[in-house]
Amino acid sequence: MNRKQKKMLARILLAAFLLVAFNFAPAEGWIRFVLYLIPYLVIGYDILLKALKGIKNRQVFDESFLMAVATIGAIALAIYEKSGDYTEAVAVMLFYQIGEWFQSYAVGKSRRNISELMDIRPDYANVERNGKLEKVDPDEVGIGSVIVVQPGEKVPIDGVVVEGTSSLNTSALTGESLPRDTKTGDEIISGCINMTGVLKIQTTKEFGESTVSKILDLVENASSRKSKSEDFISRFARVYTPAVCCAALALAFLPPLVRMLGMGLAPEWESWIYRALTFLVISCPCALVISIPLSFFAGIGGASKAGVLVKGSNYLELLSQTKMVVFDKTGTLTQGVFEVNGVHHNELEDAELIEYAALAESASSHPISKSLQKAYGKELDRSRVTDIQEISGNGVIATVDGKRVAAGNDKLMDHIGVPYISCHATGTIIHMAIDGAYAGHIVISDIVKPHSRDAIQALKKAGVHKTVMLTGDAKKVADQVADALGLDDVYSELLPADKVEKVEELLKIKPEKAKLAFVGDGINDAPVLGRADIGIAMGAMGSDAAIEAADVVLMDDDPMQISKAIKISRKCLRIVYQNIVVAIGIKLICLVLGALGIANMWLAIFADVGVMIIAVLNAIRALFVKKL
Amino acid sequence: MKKSYKIDVDCANCANKMEAVAKHTAGVKDASVNFMMLKMNVEFEEGKNPKEVMQEVRKNCKKVEDDCEVYI
Repeated sequence: MNRKQKKMLARILLAAFLLVAFNFAPAEGWIRFVLYLIPYLVIGYDILLKALKGIKNRQVFDESFLMAVATIGAIALAIYEKSGDYTEAVAVMLFYQIGEWFQSYAVGKSRRNISELMDIRPDYANVERNGKLEKVDPDEVGIGSVIVVQPGEKVPIDGVVVEGTSSLNTSALTGESLPRDTKTGDEIISGCINMTGVLKIQTTKEFGESTVSKILDLVENASSRKSKSEDFISRFARVYTPAVCCAALALAFLPPLVRMLGMGLAPEWESWIYRALTFLVISCPCALVISIPLSFFAGIGGASKAGVLVKGSNYLELLSQTKMVVFDKTGTLTQGVFEVNGVHHNELEDAELIEYAALAESASSHPISKSLQKAYGKELDRSRVTDIQEISGNGVIATVDGKRVAAGNDKLMDHIGVPYISCHATGTIIHMAIDGAYAGHIVISDIVKPHSRDAIQALKKAGVHKTVMLTGDAKKVADQVADALGLDDVYSELLPADKVEKVEELLKIKPEKAKLAFVGDGINDAPVLGRADIGIAMGAMGSDAAIEAADVVLMDDDPMQISKAIKISRKCLRIVYQNIVVAIGIKLICLVLGALGIANMWLAIFADVGVMIIAVLNAIRALFVKKL
Repeated sequence: MKKSYKIDVDCANCANKMEAVAKHTAGVKDASVNFMMLKMNVEFEEGKNPKEVMQEVRKNCKKVEDDCEVYI
């Protein structure tokens, strides 16, 4: 609670106490009026002042004005009727202020909640100077400086580890609770928490350009991009308040005049004015104007806790309407790293064949040779390899341990005249020939991420009608992956420009209201990310390009996050619609009841304050996304 | 040129009003108020002095909502 809220709480308690106490006071007439004036002014003086200033500044139709008119009207009516019933007027003001206080408290609380969720802003960086550690502002650390991060501290700036090993807690960034290991030579991203060992890091970026700054900037500015629902509410509020004021005025004067002049009945002024005042109290639009942005704010905050960064309320809204998801293959559904997947038709041991292949290819920097080295797993002894002959586009022939080893594709085998066995598996095939005899082949392929299949299923369950995969890969490979994952459609052998075209085609054939999301790794598919209704970039830890190009950024590279993001957005939007319907619905019902004279001031207070509190509490629900 | 300013305001509707008047202040190309973050992002027209324009924005905001503040 801040000072303003504390002061308000004191005023509320004092006024409530006085109101109850005076109920038992035997005072009559003017003394009673003066007595009740005390709590009224205690609780409402600022509202009255605000209403006056509003009139002076020609901003008549605001909430303060409504409340001032309604309560002064009720007091005047009580004096005129000599009923001495001032309780209602004071109570209206009291409850209005309680509502305002609650709203301010709840908003402040969720503001703090969300900034705690995003508590990744590092306050300092440790720099070693003259053998001593000094804490400096991360902004002052230049590129290439060496900073020290101790266990329990946040990594303040992106860089490369130059000394030390440790585990990192990345949960604030990715929502992933498993620690990530890091060692000398690894790249390290700001915002992670160092858990076990002391790390020395050479910075590669300035603080302002580091991951942590970019993420904070993105999240803090997210709710500035307003959704359609928010626009609707602010436009609604703009016409609604003046409209209700006019309606109240009409209600106060027209029916009595009609009764008096048209029907020859008693005008019953008091009753109609009372109804008009009830009308004013009900009309306050606060429940709507506060709960909708609050829901989006909480939704975006909850999503970022789960490692899903949404760049604006509008994207959260679009995400909830996603019916078609288009994937890029490499790096999104598959690891994007090539691995040895099988060794076939060999007489030698698998490991031995791989050893020969790795040695023969040891001079090459091709990804294939890297994956062979990785599969071999040991340090390569280059001295065993001599006389390396690279045949561009075909493969390598080299002498390994005195044996003539050929490793390459079909063409290489044709070239050296060795009969080979074609492979049924998809991927890159490396045939091996040792001393002119066929020795089998090695299959290298990109492997599918462990959760890809489940992720597609989860999307279907979340209401996505169609899943499509786009890839530059060969048709055979693409079809196999699509089949294994259960995708609806696949387009293969596409150049980057073709991908944009394909997405445009898909955009044309889909129904207007169903939105198309494109999921990519953000590295080479920025144009497609921009073209789709919503661009989702995944595995964005450390990739600025992805953060910039996409509308939704998944910090982790687990495809399950996609359906999670959609579910979060659905929940948030459901809450938004609930609030719109409930708030407008209850208000309209109460307005009708008020006009008919059935609703009294107390029901009006509920329609105003009660609905607002319900809507705010409902909005805060959007923050909880763990079980989705 | 775009700049971001901290603001203080109590109700969401008032924030909407502040946004509306800030948008119509001379020298402001576009403005948006983020009630949840208590921030006002202002895009200025070419060649305008942000400080002077912001004085005007602040004055206009005070007119529509007495109980607000724009920290320049």
